[in-house]
Amino acid sequence: MTTKVAGPPPSRPRRLATWLHARPRLQLRLLLLGPLAWIGLAYLGSLLILLLNGFWAKDAFSGRVIPFDWSLDAFASLLGGEAYRTIAVRTIAVAVLVTLTDVLLAFPIAYYMARVASPRTRAFLVVAVLMPLWASYLVKIYSWRTILQGNGLLDSVLAPLGIDGPGLTAVVNSWLVLSYLWLPYMILPIYAGLERIPASLLEASSDLGARSGTTFRRVVLPLALPAVVAGSIFTFSLTLGDYITPSLVSNTKFIGNVIYDNSSLGNIPLAAAYSLLPIVIIVAYLLIARRLGAFESL
Amino acid sequence: MAESLWVRIGLRAFTFVVLTFLYLPLVVLAVYAFNPSRTLAWPPTGLTLHWFIEAAGNPRIVEAFWTSIVAGVGATAIALVLGTLAALGVQRFAFFGRETISFLLVLPIALPGVVTGVALSTTFRTIGIEFGLMTVIVGHATFCVVIAYNNVLARLRRMPRSAEEASSDLGADTWRTFRRITLPGMRTALLSGGLLAFALSFDEVIVTNFTAGPGTETIPLWILGAIQRPNELPVVNVVALVLVLLSVIPVYLAQRIGGETATVKR
Amino acid sequence: MRTLRVPAILVTFGLLAAACGVGAPAGAPTSLGDGEGELNLIIWAGYAERGENDPAFDWVTPFEEETGCQVNTTDMTDSPNGVSLMQTGEYDGISASGDATLRLIASGTVAPVNVDLIPNYADVFEGLKNQAHNSVDGVPYGVPHGRGANLLMYNTNVFPEAPTSWAGVWEDAAANSGAVSIYNSSIYIADAALHLMETDPDLGITDPYQLNEEQFNAAIDLLEAQSEHAVYWGTAAEQIQSFASEETVIGTTWQYQANVLVGEGEPVAVTLPEEGSTGWSDTWMIHADAAHPNCMYMWMNHILSPDVSAAATVWFGEAPTSQAACDAAEELSPGHCETFHATDEEYFSNVWYWSTPQADCADDDDATTCKDVDAWIEAWTAIVGG
Repeated sequence: MTTKVAGPPPSRPRRLATWLHARPRLQLRLLLLGPLAWIGLAYLGSLLILLLNGFWAKDAFSGRVIPFDWSLDAFASLLGGEAYRTIAVRTIAVAVLVTLTDVLLAFPIAYYMARVASPRTRAFLVVAVLMPLWASYLVKIYSWRTILQGNGLLDSVLAPLGIDGPGLTAVVNSWLVLSYLWLPYMILPIYAGLERIPASLLEASSDLGARSGTTFRRVVLPLALPAVVAGSIFTFSLTLGDYITPSLVSNTKFIGNVIYDNSSLGNIPLAAAYSLLPIVIIVAYLLIARRLGAFESL
Repeated sequence: MAESLWVRIGLRAFTFVVLTFLYLPLVVLAVYAFNPSRTLAWPPTGLTLHWFIEAAGNPRIVEAFWTSIVAGVGATAIALVLGTLAALGVQRFAFFGRETISFLLVLPIALPGVVTGVALSTTFRTIGIEFGLMTVIVGHATFCVVIAYNNVLARLRRMPRSAEEASSDLGADTWRTFRRITLPGMRTALLSGGLLAFALSFDEVIVTNFTAGPGTETIPLWILGAIQRPNELPVVNVVALVLVLLSVIPVYLAQRIGGETATVKR
Repeated sequence: MRTLRVPAILVTFGLLAAACGVGAPAGAPTSLGDGEGELNLIIWAGYAERGENDPAFDWVTPFEEETGCQVNTTDMTDSPNGVSLMQTGEYDGISASGDATLRLIASGTVAPVNVDLIPNYADVFEGLKNQAHNSVDGVPYGVPHGRGANLLMYNTNVFPEAPTSWAGVWEDAAANSGAVSIYNSSIYIADAALHLMETDPDLGITDPYQLNEEQFNAAIDLLEAQSEHAVYWGTAAEQIQSFASEETVIGTTWQYQANVLVGEGEPVAVTLPEEGSTGWSDTWMIHADAAHPNCMYMWMNHILSPDVSAAATVWFGEAPTSQAACDAAEELSPGHCETFHATDEEYFSNVWYWSTPQADCADDDDATTCKDVDAWIEAWTAIVGG
């Protein structure tokens, strides 16, 4: 008969661990408590307070918002002002254009990096694409401003060709600079997505008789789509909300400008009301993107 | 899939063009950092190190730099903790509302910064919280959480559970397994996620503009002010150039860390 | 004890008088304590220099050394922005222009000032004290910083002779399309109204800041026509860049930009056209719940001291606040006070200080209604952004 010798009693952390182990739901709740509380209170709570402001009145002369003084004045101003519609359409159009531009620019370079370049070149290219992200966002925009301004670098290049540069007024400047700013955000997810495609799939495709073009169209593109959509989340939403770029390189206003201008003028109700527009658009976009599997490729 | 030679040449040329596009403003920036003129007209009028000397002697820039570092470290720490917790919860358990977590976490980064900024500042004001470095960190942490979350989640998905199971089979409790098995396995994700989050926080200006008080100035806030003050404009170029050059280090590190996992995949 | 009673009564009265702070308005402190170590100000860019731009112009560092009050500044882009910032409650003071002052007073954001606590106030020009924009019923709500006019700046290569009217930015803007530089703020509507006072007297505009529906719409039409040819500047730096690169050759400006450009050797000059112009008279105001009131009072006294007022107004390009300041300015920039008409009240009668558009037209006639500041801001958004 063997006698079992009992070991030392389990320590408190171990007992807690054992206790938790038997309660997976509690474990889950504890894990998620911190992040959800943060996002819920700090973020969603603030958004709610902001949106409530959209329904409150403001005294014009003193400039103060009167809480709980319910009023639809802000929304009435927005719906009645043609400028707000123009600005919204302009912003959405540029956001779509910037996304398309960036996809067209990013895909070939991402493809090259993922499937054609040697490992050393690939490593170099990844660093090369990442580096501009580390340059200050503000300074990059200001740099473009000096390039695009009247008699700036662009004008001096176009002048011998007899073309007039856009100067600092046109909306085309915003499209150009925004496409520039978010390009790395599109290259990297597409690169990651293309890289994940197993070589075996492509071999199988050519074994089955498909030429490179067909393989590209019917195998690579569909597999890369979630990554493209993931990248587009950045380019679309970042463009939709940006106000610094249009204010520095153009004469036109975007949705972000209206929100910013009104908030710095103390007109929070109007800023809040107008904020509903990009919020709704982006949430809808995110839901569609999630459907298309983009969240796994972020 | 063997691409034809022409396709390869075309891709290489295209890559070159895109890289030129990406670096054009940075080159212009470098040129202006040495340009003696205060007004950034083209072409540059000469070469000088005057602005570098001015930048080095400006205590405000140094202070802004440290403020940015502190804010970045604080925000990154909070983001890593919260992001890891969320990733562990999402990856380990199947539950209702799982997809919603990812959705909620991505919102702060997907919704316009100006909306987040106005929302946070209005709320702080309504509650009566004093603006300062803490409010900046809170703002930054909020949109950095998703970065940590994504990186850790991706890593957890690729990590086999077998090691953890073996560990608990051998008698280790949850904390020990986490400390000795899970955490080291996540290390690369934590590092690359942390680096990315830090980068995002360091360069953030829109939300920061709304959440910093009058006495708090990060580097981007200083730049924002300086580009509106005509005589400080050239110094901005110097500061930006130095920051880009300094950033080679973390980018290289991030690539090395991320690169390990990437090459394993192929 | 009769002999003691009389002095006792006098002493009591004296104590009562001191306690009531005779001379100190309600809401203002009666005495100053030590500095609190910090001071947060909202300023127009260039109003609080600490030598970063030009080592010779620094009136903040000496103040910090003397009082121990560490100064933090935030630039406002225009007056509504300044009002909004002040109402956040995070700042102790603001250098407010006339279109912000009354709003700040009416909303209870700023406190009246006990000028007895500011020794340098006594020397300020009478023409700047107790004005409509910085006082209410004889109670001062701030101390003046300086005053100046919005000027017409032009490239001397394109316009060898100084233009005599504002037509260059209005009717003749098309001739320089894309090269007209305009201040990006709703207050600029008043400049359009000012021009209409000259070109369309039938509209009956008497005050460019109080416009009824018809007058307002006429001004907006003028601005819409101008916007096709205009480039807008929000900060001084933007306009300086714009003129230096010769992207714009004519526009509205503050003397400050011209000073910087001429200092860089650029071919620009400024002039005040014959019709007159809009302008500003800026007042330092203190927040009603300022966290650092002692430092703010010390700052107000500091900014009124002759050397500082001279430096600040020479730097920015405006008229200083006292004769002593003029004398000091003479050393820094000979002829400064003549150039800026510091003692010429008649000159300033042709300058319409920025003022707040009010729904009741700021007059005693109940029948008149005007567009209020929100209407101005909304209309401006449409002009610039549409």
